[in-house]
Amino acid sequence: MLVNRKLLLKALLFILAVFATRLAVTTHGPVENETIKPTVADGLAAWQDVYSVLISPRCINCHTATSYPQQGDDRHRHFANVIRGRGGRGVPGLVCMSCHQDANADSTGVPGGPAWHLAPLSMKWQDPNDRPLSSADVCRAVTDRSKNENMDGRALLKHHEEAALVLWAWNPGRRPDGTMRTTPPLAHAQFVAATRTWVEAGTPCPPAK
Amino acid sequence: MATYQLTVNGQRKQVNVDPSTPLLWVLREDLKMTGTKYGCGISACGACTVHLDGVATRSCVVPVSMVGNRPIVTIEGIDKDPIGKVVQNSWVEKDVVQCGYCQSGQIMSAVALLKATPKPTDENIEESMGGNLCRCATYVRIREALQNASRQLK
Repeated sequence: MLVNRKLLLKALLFILAVFATRLAVTTHGPVENETIKPTVADGLAAWQDVYSVLISPRCINCHTATSYPQQGDDRHRHFANVIRGRGGRGVPGLVCMSCHQDANADSTGVPGGPAWHLAPLSMKWQDPNDRPLSSADVCRAVTDRSKNENMDGRALLKHHEEAALVLWAWNPGRRPDGTMRTTPPLAHAQFVAATRTWVEAGTPCPPAK
Repeated sequence: MATYQLTVNGQRKQVNVDPSTPLLWVLREDLKMTGTKYGCGISACGACTVHLDGVATRSCVVPVSMVGNRPIVTIEGIDKDPIGKVVQNSWVEKDVVQCGYCQSGQIMSAVALLKATPKPTDENIEESMGGNLCRCATYVRIREALQNASRQLK
């Protein structure tokens, strides 16, 4: 009889343990699948990382507010009287691809990538005097679907992950003097991770000042 | 060194050169086509302009390894193009040339402009030709010749 009671107690404890475990999994989910949505504060912090890349010369030199691109880390006006032209691809006698081929030409120091072109004026990240716009203003431009070719958060993330001319910023080739061009302040993986956090937080923008 | 098959003015040419050699030097040194000029060597002046698959291209900064199968047209072959012929005749008619060094590049850019914009405005001409420098300052006659050629195009 005593043995039966012990067995019954063990069985009850086992059933209780199984129930408790299932309850925990149902309530919180398995630890390895646990995801926590970033807060708005997380998103704003991540946006500042994204912004630090967007205003780096490799990116912002082709996001001008003017009729010309810029070049170099000092972001001076592109030489040779280069003009923005229709679609940001230059003018007939001097299109971007007159010099910029599908890949970097390290032997001549000319950077290149597929369909080299300027960002549209709707995606300008500078003022008419070539000064970078504020974090808040760039964020608003990037998230305005009437200006950004109708990209939502997921599309922006994909753009930052995969677009050829975005990727070029981390493989910008050699200058004519043979030295390497500088890259943005974050590694591409960090840039994508920051973009993902910002997107998952709902693409929050800093308040305008 | 590597071997490349190029199509220049409709003719197949084979060259054996270093892949990093700019197209300009392949044309001038290997193919002995010296109509295309060396000016600045950094794509700033336009003297080396040729057409690469119809695009006015600065041959001094394009390594031959990047040309691929794209056809090349130089000043030696531009008269085979109907617009090219009109432009060359207009250049003669308006007596554009002074020393002449930059003019092959000027003509190649002018043809590219008229192919894309048969009736260019003065602004179109200034923008499109603004990257082709002329130390003799024949700019006024270049504009006149371009407008003259435009009027002759149907």
